Amino acid sequence: MNFRIILRSLGVLLICEAIAMLPSMVVSGVYHDGVMAAFAYTLLIIILSGILLINVKPERRSIYARDGFAIVGFGWILISFFGALPFYLSGAIPSIIDSFFEAISGFTTTGASILNEIESLPEGLLFWRSFTHWIGGMGVLVLTLAILPSIGEGAFQIMKAESPGPSPGKLVPKLGKTAQILYGIYLAITFVQIVLLVAAGMPLFDSCIHTFGTVGTGGFSSKNISVGAYNNIYAEVIITIFMLISGANFSLYYQMMKGNVKALLKDEEFRFYITVVFTSILFITVNLYKYSLYSLGEALRHSSFQVASIITTTGYSTVDFDKWPVFSKMILFFLMFIGGCAGSTGGGIKNIRILLLIKAVKAELMQIIHPRAIYHVRFGGKTVDGKVLSGIKSFFFAYFFIFVTAVFLVSIDGFDMITTLSSVAATLSNIGPGFAMVGPMGNFSQMSVLSKLVLSLTMLIGRLEIYPMLLLTVPSFWRKVNI
Amino acid sequence: MKILIIGAGKVGYNLALVLSQENHDVTIIDNYYEALAKAEENLDVLCIKGNGVSTNVLMEAGIKEADLLIAVTDSDEVNMVCCLTGKKLGAVRTVARIRDPEYARELTILKEQIGLDMVINPEHAAAEEIALNLSFPSAIDVLSFAKGRVKMIELKITEDMPLVGMKLKNLPNRNLHPILIGAVLRDGKAIVPKGDFQIKKDDLIYILGNPSGIMYFLKTCKIVQVKIKNVMVVGAGRIAYYLTQMLSEMGIRLKIVEIDRQKCEEFAELLPDTLIINGDGTDEGLLLSENIGEMDAFISLTGMDEENLIAALVAKQNGAKKVIAKISRMNYMAVIQKLGIDNVICPKLTTTDQILKFVRGNSVETLHRILEGQAEIIELIAKGDSKIINIPLKKLKISKDVIVATIVRKNEIVIPHGNDMIYEDDRVIIISKNSKISELDDLIVESSGGIQVELQNNIKKLGSIINM
Repeated sequence: MNFRIILRSLGVLLICEAIAMLPSMVVSGVYHDGVMAAFAYTLLIIILSGILLINVKPERRSIYARDGFAIVGFGWILISFFGALPFYLSGAIPSIIDSFFEAISGFTTTGASILNEIESLPEGLLFWRSFTHWIGGMGVLVLTLAILPSIGEGAFQIMKAESPGPSPGKLVPKLGKTAQILYGIYLAITFVQIVLLVAAGMPLFDSCIHTFGTVGTGGFSSKNISVGAYNNIYAEVIITIFMLISGANFSLYYQMMKGNVKALLKDEEFRFYITVVFTSILFITVNLYKYSLYSLGEALRHSSFQVASIITTTGYSTVDFDKWPVFSKMILFFLMFIGGCAGSTGGGIKNIRILLLIKAVKAELMQIIHPRAIYHVRFGGKTVDGKVLSGIKSFFFAYFFIFVTAVFLVSIDGFDMITTLSSVAATLSNIGPGFAMVGPMGNFSQMSVLSKLVLSLTMLIGRLEIYPMLLLTVPSFWRKVNI
Repeated sequence: MKILIIGAGKVGYNLALVLSQENHDVTIIDNYYEALAKAEENLDVLCIKGNGVSTNVLMEAGIKEADLLIAVTDSDEVNMVCCLTGKKLGAVRTVARIRDPEYARELTILKEQIGLDMVINPEHAAAEEIALNLSFPSAIDVLSFAKGRVKMIELKITEDMPLVGMKLKNLPNRNLHPILIGAVLRDGKAIVPKGDFQIKKDDLIYILGNPSGIMYFLKTCKIVQVKIKNVMVVGAGRIAYYLTQMLSEMGIRLKIVEIDRQKCEEFAELLPDTLIINGDGTDEGLLLSENIGEMDAFISLTGMDEENLIAALVAKQNGAKKVIAKISRMNYMAVIQKLGIDNVICPKLTTTDQILKFVRGNSVETLHRILEGQAEIIELIAKGDSKIINIPLKKLKISKDVIVATIVRKNEIVIPHGNDMIYEDDRVIIISKNSKISELDDLIVESSGGIQVELQNNIKKLGSIINM
């Protein structure tokens, strides 16, 4: 392993985090909320450590796959640690573990909180909390790639390790430019949503907070009862639509921009995603209406918001969906695992993987009927490489392996089954709220320190799609000469 | 520039590597997943799996905006069709690799009909390179500039040469027959030498000058030049075919050893004046019976790198004066140089150089990469609107890593000093380290630009400081 280049890259990453923290400090200054000093100290610490690391001179400049994975794995732990400092130093969150949990929850776009009372938080911290969603959504390292003018060989490994989906590709030949285009689209979506929310009557600050939470598919709100606090149907519709937009593959928007307008509807994954969304909305609406919880219109309003919020792994809520009938809750619970599309800001297993797994099972069945037949799993008219497919199968297993392990560890706390299961599902898929105690009206504050650490880790594992974090625990990954 | 490369083989990969480093947007198309995976992992390029002839694939790769299409698959026909389709779909310029001698004879028609802007024939180029090398047998490598009026030779310094320990400013007869030592490779590092540079044993030096000047220099340095008369070639492939024709014109006699009976028959029919021997070129007994010891040069050109190396070593051991081996894989160049083989020809490398020259544009006449790609020698023609003509060289702010090696003016060859000037229509030969030069104006360091340039430079500096 090329430790020097890893350290150096981490240094660059920290400098980028420092830049990302500046807007929050400005907000803090504008509102005179008294946490500016905390930001200033954090910035000082980050910049100093960053400069220290940048001065490491690597012997070789090339980054191989494992170096890329190490950079991503460590990078995320590191930025979460430094990202937690403003919460801790300002005294808003007295425990360092809690601050760490909150920061990871932000960067991984989970939106799970350990705070009972959000509204009294200083504006600067509220802004930073949500802004971490925004950077974490598209990827901190992708941001680094977009900002840096020139990158060493093999930087694609970093992007591969950080971007969601089974085989992330480039949009244009140059990696740096690809990252810039992605962030450009991301910025544009963000800007449009802020404008629309303000037009819908939400205050500017709240609009920013909720936009960051939406486009990053995070879910931190500035209100205790989330978006429901506004009871503003326009804002809800806008947020629903933008959640769905952020849950789809961003490269499709690039193709649309290039004039291929049909790309979105032609994409097999997008069609699957939309089908799942609409079917779920339909079932939940009918179910809610049948139990006469709401009128038909209200049922549609809340079900569509909630389905979009859960499948894109955002985690906003307009009502306490924990009180919904079991059938609706079950649909939401399974939507948690599906998650967004590859190349989106959403978490979860991703639609493309589910779709390919379904196709693989179908091919397996056909193989039993015609034992000598040769079947290829096809996606978008192209044969899917066997390697990619077997990778998805192992991913699926690994996902549930992590899920089960984490459930066991959290169950030591002795909460009820729904709380335990849904808290792990909600963090592993980066959603935020689960059911029962950790439901939309609850939070994670009552969990033990062990559970908070375990859930922090599951958030990271979920966001980075397992392997970068899992690799850090493999001994031969660390050896200089590994055989 | 947006460049599409079809075929991710050795040439395609190497081209993509160099072009992407020169900041072009490169897209590679190939049918094989494995070949693409290698490019995808190591290079900053876009990879698309598919058939390069297919219109759909070309469209997906963005042929409409492409400035250049380079087709280097292993099939001549596929390359031609790719270029034809590409041109129709909107590629501005197209380059195809065409290697079959049959087509080689019809190149002008092909170029016109298919709209090819450049055709590369790696085997022909390799044969030319070998023939050039045989004209300076003591050199490791010979490059030709200004239509042959200026040559550059690569010389390995051995212990018995009087040059060892000499400083450049003390070189003999500098004024009578001007030559220039343009670059030195020492311990794997390229150096642009100054006057008090001392030559050491095992240096690789690059000498520039006109042929007679170089010849005279070699003579005064007691480096013996043997006139090559008899050559043995192993492997009857396309290179051997072209080479035979070239060498016969130079009055050199050659015999070809080939293991395949049928190929021998074909060659005997094609080249009636050449001696063809059916046998194994790596067999010491056969080589001895064909009196290898008397041969002035031995060239191994089979399709297998290993066989070429072994045959060359056997020949060297048995007294062949100069041995040349053809190598297709470039990765182990550094190892081969230690083996004692006088010269290694790499057709893929030649192909890459030619295409690079084409990419750089019209003003670049010749481009050779030396010192394992660490430096480039470029021949440019001075245009009337160039900023640096008619100004004494010492007044120009020429970038540190660049030297103006030779100026060729009609029939005069100038090794320039501070007071010399470049005039319009001069051919200027430049040695440059680490920098991309596509016209004469690139030689000077930007100094005029004001705040904007200053800012850009600072950003560049910052970029290289925090560059990962």
